Amino acid sequence: MKRVNQSVNKPIRKKDAMALVTGKPVYTQDIAPKDCLVVKVLRSPHAHARIRAINTQPALKIPGIACVLTYKDVPDKRFTLAGQTFPEPSPYDRLILDETLRFIGDAVAIVAGENEKVVEKALKRIKVDYEVLEPVLDFRKALDNKVIIHPEESWKSLVNVGADQKRNLCAHGEDRYGDADAIIRDCAWTIEQTYHTKANQQVTMETFRTFTYQDAFGRLTCVSSTQIPFHARRILSNALDLPKSQIRVIKPRIGGGFGSKQTVISEIYPALVTLKTGKPAMIIYTRQESQIASSPRHEMEVTVRLGADEAGIIKGIDMQVLSNTGAYGEHGPTTVVLTGHKSIPLYGKAQAYRFGYDVVYTNKMSSGAYRGYGATQGIFALESAVNELAAKMNMDPVRIREINMVDKGDVMPAYFGETLSSCALSRCMKKAKEMMGWDEKYPCIDLGNGKVRSLGVAMAMQGSGIAGVDTAAVSIKVNDDGFYSMAIGAADMGTGCDTILAQIAADCLNCSVDDIIVSGVDTDFSPYDTGSYASSTTYVTGMAVVKTCEKLIEKIKQEGAKRLDDNIAAVDFDGDRVYLINTDASISLKALGNQAMCGNNTPLFTTASFSSPVSPPPFIVGMAEVEIDKETGAVDLIRYVAVVDCGTVINPNLARVQTEGGIAQGIGMALYEDIVYTEDGRNASNSLMQYKIPTRLDVGDIQVDFESSYEPTGPFGAKSIGELVISTPPPAIANAVYNGMHVQIRELPITAEKIVNGMTADEKSSGIR
Amino acid sequence: MIIHLYLNDKELKQEIADDMLLLDFLRDNQCYSVKGGCETSNCGLCTVLVEDKPVLSCSTLAARVDGKHVVTLEGLQEEASELGAFLADQGADQCGFCSPGLVISILAMKKELDHPSDEEIKEYLAGNLCRCTGYMSQLRGIKQYFSECRFHSPSQSEGSTEK
Repeated sequence: MKRVNQSVNKPIRKKDAMALVTGKPVYTQDIAPKDCLVVKVLRSPHAHARIRAINTQPALKIPGIACVLTYKDVPDKRFTLAGQTFPEPSPYDRLILDETLRFIGDAVAIVAGENEKVVEKALKRIKVDYEVLEPVLDFRKALDNKVIIHPEESWKSLVNVGADQKRNLCAHGEDRYGDADAIIRDCAWTIEQTYHTKANQQVTMETFRTFTYQDAFGRLTCVSSTQIPFHARRILSNALDLPKSQIRVIKPRIGGGFGSKQTVISEIYPALVTLKTGKPAMIIYTRQESQIASSPRHEMEVTVRLGADEAGIIKGIDMQVLSNTGAYGEHGPTTVVLTGHKSIPLYGKAQAYRFGYDVVYTNKMSSGAYRGYGATQGIFALESAVNELAAKMNMDPVRIREINMVDKGDVMPAYFGETLSSCALSRCMKKAKEMMGWDEKYPCIDLGNGKVRSLGVAMAMQGSGIAGVDTAAVSIKVNDDGFYSMAIGAADMGTGCDTILAQIAADCLNCSVDDIIVSGVDTDFSPYDTGSYASSTTYVTGMAVVKTCEKLIEKIKQEGAKRLDDNIAAVDFDGDRVYLINTDASISLKALGNQAMCGNNTPLFTTASFSSPVSPPPFIVGMAEVEIDKETGAVDLIRYVAVVDCGTVINPNLARVQTEGGIAQGIGMALYEDIVYTEDGRNASNSLMQYKIPTRLDVGDIQVDFESSYEPTGPFGAKSIGELVISTPPPAIANAVYNGMHVQIRELPITAEKIVNGMTADEKSSGIR
Repeated sequence: MIIHLYLNDKELKQEIADDMLLLDFLRDNQCYSVKGGCETSNCGLCTVLVEDKPVLSCSTLAARVDGKHVVTLEGLQEEASELGAFLADQGADQCGFCSPGLVISILAMKKELDHPSDEEIKEYLAGNLCRCTGYMSQLRGIKQYFSECRFHSPSQSEGSTEK
């Protein structure tokens, strides 16, 4: 079949757009039964404590209360909330409710009742006698601390990730290629610095929420704002000790994910209530709960050592990471792997690298998955170190990248030995330079009014799905009148994958996007998909769409040939009809679809599954232009330029908005987002008053362009984009601050206070802080 | 207590709890476009019109709208579709959870500001947070909407009916 490109690379409107902009009731809470019990969680006021006694009687006496559940009411079987492919690398270290409480906000009891008021009242009536234990709050002191956060014998790790619970060690690893120590030792230029990135909240506009009910067959149905319906089914099964066959998970429209909903934060509570009471139940997390008991980015301390020759060629890279997983190990062993493996390969000329890490438990909120998934932390450290090396060598930070960056055909030892099959990084850099006017404005311009305007640069990479793990299946059927229905298991969370995947299918089937209806996700009906995370959907599920369409076209041709009394070799399909190649005889898809519904033994339906042995990295170059007040250190972001290589751009509008949105989140991470704890471990960033995310006045002018490579293993040459785009603002803005003020900020966020302290230190020692 | 109001031009008399929030009242009355996002009047998701002015329904008691006209997106479907199409054509809807509050605020801005500059638009809408888009696509869509709707804006049509 000759393909006529109609939809791919076109800025097609999202299929659900008009429903969303006109406020239709399509989200979890909007579609819940009106008689759902209200579910709330009593949360620990102590960072580390044990329940000596808990009395629920006064709460149960309140009229309208349906149940009050404590650790005595839950299965004694540990599990993880991390939405990962089985066997999960995250340790099984949780109970639904535990006798031991491990952070301020940890779940103590679950209350369900007729309305919010009675439930709030009941929460206050539960009497808990806590034995307060000493907490571990500083992640630098967690390893081998006398206080053990998970002493329980039932703790288990399904995968060897180097964990040792008795040492508060959630994971440990070392990886090397060549002799980095020797190579760096012999280098003309070296640098060694330590960088500190903080925990950040994803802050989806729709907080965590789930409702559950029992269907006509007595099965548990769970409707949830999730990125991982199939993993959620398994996690519910593990947690509730209920066979998977008894659970159905449905994903409606989702109000944002960014990784936060790759962890099963809210699902289990109403599910348990429904099982105990037989009644529908719903939990809506308050913003406060979402800020204190969820799944933020892992705080990390990253030490980078670089060695370069006289010309500035980076020969050796050493990266050592300490990661804070908090009270539980969700995504702890895996995020840290990306810290090295999705930063170090940017520098393609390095002959050796060493990468080591420890992931430790502390008595803070458990960490999780946030866009960038560890790579963002590694990129801040490595890109800052490269900028510091360039400064030390008196070299333009763009130049040092131009002569060191990885290129197509390079074998990447730090990227699991994969060969880079597509890369437009050098074109990205060239275009970003032009857009920013780098050569004219670098390093800075003193505005003469007490302010300085300066530029900074960084690069980043990510993957496209998890190689050899992520699996996506897609089913497509031909209906009467010849329209298609496509079932996917990938979760559109606002990203637009329902539309993007339809664009891919439309071009495979030579039809319009409107001819394809897309449905997802319902674990009873959707084909299996690991879920929407790890930048997998466009690439992995997209390839599953391509495969399914190829199989379906063969079926359509087969059926058409049968109707035309010939064999499949004599026919072709042009999207509208199956026709005999040598004559004019044809049968329309519409007729085939209608005839398939009468006296038919062959369904016009097919499904195909895809998993990739590689994870082709997309690339981005980011450049920041900031204005700094030389007296106060206040930083204003004026402009941010980004050029992306995500392979073929499937939908230019949606890819652009992904990029602009990711950069805005990166700007927040760079300049102010920080989960601050008090000395006793209380989360002080528990509302959007304290935890500020960027408003439209804070992000300057974000300018995005694309330089596409063609990825041979991706759908129509596409790679991923979702996570990549968050990672450059922290190092690029830090670099701009250095280029304007000669103050190097190595701990996020980059606040005015830190800049002023750096200036003062600079005056004292006339050195770089 | 009993309140008496006009919700999307429909007269309504209802018994409510004294401490009921307008957000909860509206959702209880099937205005599901109204979303809550923060509980601290920071995010703008819950914006509705009270007597034509944008108000945060999460921090307004339902009692406060007694005798008033309250309008949610349910009562502005035509306007929302018209404006929303410009946002949709930029891919600016994304997850869409902040869209209703944003759309209400833009419609209010349209009545208040004549030919707003980029800076005026950003300032007017600064209280409407969005975590998906980075705001650029919204600005592009809003500007196009304003430039294309200039010739049939409500203020002008109202003006033409005035003698």
